[in-house]
Amino acid sequence: MWSYVFKRTGAAVATLIAASVIIFVFIHLIPGDPVYVMLGDEATPQQVDALRTRLGLDQPLLLQYFYWAVSALRGDLGTSIFFGAPVLSIIAEGAETSLLLASITMFWIVLFGVPIGVLAAVRQGSWIDQGLSGLAMLLASVPTFWVGLYLILVFAAGLGWFPSSGYPSIFEDGGLSNLRYLVLPSLALAAPNAALILRLTRSSMLDVSREDYVRTARAKGISPRRVVLGHILRNALLAVVSAFGFTFAALISEAVVTETVFALPGIGRTVVQSILRRDYPVIQGVILVIVCLYLVINLLVDISYRFLDPRVEFE
Amino acid sequence: MSGRSARSQGSWLRTWLGPFASRPLASLGLLILLVIIAFAIFAPWIAPYAPEHIEPVDRLDPPGAEHWLGTDHFGRDTFSRIVYGSRLALLIGIGVVAFAMLTGVPIGIVSALFPGAGRVLMRVVDVLMAFPSLLLALGLIVILGQGVFNAILAIGVIYLTTTARIVYGVALRLREESYVEAARSMGAGTVWMIRKHILPNMISPLLVQASFVFAFAQLGAAALDFLGLGAPPDVPSWGNMLAESRIYITRAPWLLLYPGLMIVLTAFSLNLVGDVLRDQMDPRFRELVGNRQRR
Repeated sequence: MWSYVFKRTGAAVATLIAASVIIFVFIHLIPGDPVYVMLGDEATPQQVDALRTRLGLDQPLLLQYFYWAVSALRGDLGTSIFFGAPVLSIIAEGAETSLLLASITMFWIVLFGVPIGVLAAVRQGSWIDQGLSGLAMLLASVPTFWVGLYLILVFAAGLGWFPSSGYPSIFEDGGLSNLRYLVLPSLALAAPNAALILRLTRSSMLDVSREDYVRTARAKGISPRRVVLGHILRNALLAVVSAFGFTFAALISEAVVTETVFALPGIGRTVVQSILRRDYPVIQGVILVIVCLYLVINLLVDISYRFLDPRVEFE
Repeated sequence: MSGRSARSQGSWLRTWLGPFASRPLASLGLLILLVIIAFAIFAPWIAPYAPEHIEPVDRLDPPGAEHWLGTDHFGRDTFSRIVYGSRLALLIGIGVVAFAMLTGVPIGIVSALFPGAGRVLMRVVDVLMAFPSLLLALGLIVILGQGVFNAILAIGVIYLTTTARIVYGVALRLREESYVEAARSMGAGTVWMIRKHILPNMISPLLVQASFVFAFAQLGAAALDFLGLGAPPDVPSWGNMLAESRIYITRAPWLLLYPGLMIVLTAFSLNLVGDVLRDQMDPRFRELVGNRQRR
């Protein structure tokens, strides 16, 4: 068991190192001199040299990576060209919005995706199942920003129930009632993801219901309701819950588009704006942090899966 | 028994089109795709106006007899731009599928047949998969710059990883099949084996994968367009039309409705078709190909 934990953690660390090399190298793959691109055409040679030294771009590549990786481990992700502020503090500013948005979105996904998936599985083949599965596929085919714009059109501009853009921190005036700013964005982001969880719940339920012990339970005369809830659902949820981990991590980056539609001050919007401003240290830093988060969540999911289900075996 | 390659073409068609007869919604999907292809091919004859034709007096006209789906803020005809937009949608879809296949298939097959190379190649794929898909595409756009071709590459890399994994999984199983082992023990060359045994059995999983990749490429391209990092703004793409409509949504809601509907219909139809094709697939490989693609 523990050897698995060590092996899996080692693999995650190796992946992180490889990913960090890619993220580091990427600034060097940009055509032209990144320093000129960052400073613009009117930069003086002195400014160019100063920035090049500041970014350490005059050092050998291997040494540059070493310095960059060591400072990253210490929590120093460099300085934003545009803001002049540390990249980590810029990421921290967007973290509240991004994490809250992802959490509320997860709430909708669980609330709608799982029970409807169970319903579709229980009524497999009926018109309810076909309708729900069709609806799920439709939702998975809808761009989140389109849903977002329609939610704004109907519930913000039309009915005036929710604000259409921005998000003031819950630590500022208004407190928790500021969460209403995140209702429409989280619904837009949840739509395709709830559809995926619905499909996963349904197929996972159907897989488990073919198991021998389910047939035994039915043969013993246990009520269908108890078979579904006690025997099928509990085991089917294992696969579904492990998908929550990946979904949550993916939501942080998927929110890029949603945060742009609703003008939310999250990490995703920071990425897009930094791309348009060519603020490379910020882009590098955000991608590194999100990849880190992604790997940690995947690692935790894999390990907890092993603990939760002793049948799962690993070589 | 190298699978479908031995059958005649007539029965091949029946195998693939037959199941659509009992699935009316999927048949509708197939029909919608044919309409979009017709739009793309015959755009100059179908569209009543040129996509960039500006009529300043007709700005933000609601749908009517003259402009079926209304006009935008420059007075350009929405219907004509949608018809021309289908060209870009197909180009992106075909481009992304072609890129993902041309890179993912060789990587997957080589990895399965040569375990030494496979350890390295599949590790690289794993590392690429550690990047959330949209972020990976955005990072590539930063390096490559904006544009239609670069958007195809950026989205293509996302599906290179999933395609390589599927091909790897299928090829690993095929390698263990007795007829493949028999061929190998009789001295068959690697290239001959790939051509005769591996690739023909790969057709159906790849066809399913292609339809899902095509669908999700539409959503990815639309997202890039919307962020202003995809096709240049003067190109009539559905994503660009939505991005432009943003500030007029209360005054001109038709600008939001129709281009978005086209994206949804295209992606939905492809998903429906992919689902039917997957049900037709060899059950041993079905679990490897899902439409829970990376988004």
